[in-house]
Amino acid sequence: MSGTQTTYNDKVVRQFAVMTVIWGIVGMLVGVIIAAQLVWPELNFGPWLHFGRLRPLHTNAVIFAFGGCALFATSYWCVQRTSHARLWGGPLIPFTFWGWQLIIVLAAVTLPLGITSGKEYAELEWPIDLLITAVWVSYALVFFGTIAVRKVSHIYVANWFFGAFIIAVALLHIVNSMAMPVNLTKSYSMYSGVQDAMIQWWYGHNAVGFFLTAGFLGMMYYFVPKQAGRPVYSYRLSVVHFWALIFTYMWAGPHHLHYTALPDWTQSVGMVFSLILLAPSWGGMINGIMTLSGAWHKLRDDPVLKFLITSLSFYGMSTFEGPMMSIKTVNALSHYTDWTVGHVHSGALGWVAMVSIGSIYYLLPRLFGKSEMYSTKLVTAHFWVATIGTVLYIASMWIAGVMQGLMWRAVNADGTLAYSFVESVKGSYPFWAIRWLGGVLFLSGMLIMAYNMFKTMAGGKTQDMPVVAPAGHHA
Amino acid sequence: MSDFVSDFWNLYVVAIVVGSILFCVILLVVQGKATFTPGKTMGHVWDETLEEYNNPMPKWWSWMFIITVIFAFVYLALYPGLGNFKGMLGWTAVGQHKAEVDKMDATVKPLFDKYMAMDLKAVAADKTAMEMGKRLYLTYCMQCHGADARGAKGFPNLTDADWLYGGEPEQIKETISNGRMGVMPPHAQLGADTIKDVANFVRSLSGLPNDATRAAKGKETFTSAGCVGCHGPEAKGMHAIGAPNLTDKVWLYGSSEATITETITKGRQNQMPAWKEFLGEAKVHLLSAYVLSLSQGAK
Repeated sequence: MSGTQTTYNDKVVRQFAVMTVIWGIVGMLVGVIIAAQLVWPELNFGPWLHFGRLRPLHTNAVIFAFGGCALFATSYWCVQRTSHARLWGGPLIPFTFWGWQLIIVLAAVTLPLGITSGKEYAELEWPIDLLITAVWVSYALVFFGTIAVRKVSHIYVANWFFGAFIIAVALLHIVNSMAMPVNLTKSYSMYSGVQDAMIQWWYGHNAVGFFLTAGFLGMMYYFVPKQAGRPVYSYRLSVVHFWALIFTYMWAGPHHLHYTALPDWTQSVGMVFSLILLAPSWGGMINGIMTLSGAWHKLRDDPVLKFLITSLSFYGMSTFEGPMMSIKTVNALSHYTDWTVGHVHSGALGWVAMVSIGSIYYLLPRLFGKSEMYSTKLVTAHFWVATIGTVLYIASMWIAGVMQGLMWRAVNADGTLAYSFVESVKGSYPFWAIRWLGGVLFLSGMLIMAYNMFKTMAGGKTQDMPVVAPAGHHA
Repeated sequence: MSDFVSDFWNLYVVAIVVGSILFCVILLVVQGKATFTPGKTMGHVWDETLEEYNNPMPKWWSWMFIITVIFAFVYLALYPGLGNFKGMLGWTAVGQHKAEVDKMDATVKPLFDKYMAMDLKAVAADKTAMEMGKRLYLTYCMQCHGADARGAKGFPNLTDADWLYGGEPEQIKETISNGRMGVMPPHAQLGADTIKDVANFVRSLSGLPNDATRAAKGKETFTSAGCVGCHGPEAKGMHAIGAPNLTDKVWLYGSSEATITETITKGRQNQMPAWKEFLGEAKVHLLSAYVLSLSQGAK
């Protein structure tokens, strides 16, 4: 190639990577606050800072602000490098960054004000929903546009997962958010009754399946082999588990509505597909962890690899736990208890956050012209603080959840309930305190990361790197 | 009743469920037949170092996949799932619930029958019955009336001797069985100044500090505006319609001049839910006795 060399667009990756850390701190701080409110209810100050309004702020901030920024950063980095092409899309690229940040700020303002559509993980009102749609379609154009101009014939496995995540989230968001606006800040869902519940949990579970699983598996498929310096364990395994995963996840939603007004047949179908999902989910874990086989020693002194491999272990654990909890008789005990909250966080902290943190640690020095992070010791410290925090969180919620489930179902010989609801609340306090402590630890880890990030950024050169020519093609 | 508006949707569900599971099997079988070269890569390279081994899928993993698929087919044969097909076990969630409730009801029926045959005062004196009553209270009543049954703003205290609808055993049972609707109509049309007069008069009835001049004027309004219609000429209330006694120290919403003014201006609406249908007569009987026991000895 003559003249000026084409470079990768790393500016947008840099922006999203830094904001991942910032929003991670914000979202997890709100999580720590609401965890504290459960232990010390007097911390509910007025309506704006009440648990009921901060809880959706926490979930939106960690999933869509922290997780979303991490996915944007890593997918933009990965798709350019595995397509051997600069990011396609011109002005659409900065629009996805600034549009996404605006959505996050709007969420942070409207949710505490009580402006909500009342749908879990889809609380934002219709004007913001429209903005999300615009940003997401632009994201799809940028991503698939870059795939279209790739210089290699085969599409790398990470991009299958990123692509599936982008398409499915567009579908889920648009269908579930259909609503009739009353005014600028209020709308009513297009669906009603049990159909509304089913659409909501079709969305809700696939938000887990595509946003929080497929997207982060894409991340895993790029950063694990990169950091380990080893080929992906099995190409066939990735083919089977990819198609099986995206095919069966779509069905799993009804397990959120066991023993409700949802027809029996729908509940059964949701349950069996949730069980079938076990193997496709584990396919990703096996392919990630086995990629390290023959290089296990690297785990000893590479904290980034520690984050990535530990995240896969938590992923394997939560995707075993999930199908078990979808079995109706297990669900009868676990549903509505803190067990569910623990399960979600073993995925959210152990898998989603850890794989993101590992990937962002991989990116930061490269993005800011450094050979490594400012302090590798601090990365190791972050790893241990985060791991202990996650374990405290999950273990306390297991105990609290099983205890609640058993207390709620215990009956006396006369058929009356052995415990009133408030007794189960009282019994939960010690575990809520441990959960809060776990959250504090996890948040402290993010603060360590932010310090390390800003020190790494200081004085760094942010020159864009030239696009690498594809290696000799397979004949 | 079928869950489907037409047979098409029944077949659609069956086809898509079976088809999706079979898709997983076919995927696994077809991909499993590929030529594997363990330890060798597929030959593609991305971003300088990214490669993929042509390793087979782990056998134990493939078997785990197959086992979940077999479980799915067995489950869908036994339980409802394939459209209108009811499953070989004939299981339904409603049926399971009914069976569990019936079983428990049959077990505890003799116990409840024993108390149903006793009058409420006798049940209220029975130690075992009152332990049961307390547990029922803590499950169904404490959300509004409080764990100690002392109520809250808008929710009556059940431990005192003051009753909106009467404290005789049968009156209590009627309240729990069929619920109550308490309505104080709004009187904003009287004007703020007149309402202030009435509020002062109402405070004077129970000896609370008040403006005597206003209270005197308020007393006239109390009669002329029709307050006496519900609260009675002596303002002692009326159990038949749940109009409170205004001469005692018990206040459902509060006794400050501001609160009384709000009550007169905007009115109040209150509701005690009806429990007979939900709990059945036997449990209502025990709860009535328990509530009766709470106020025994109270003045």
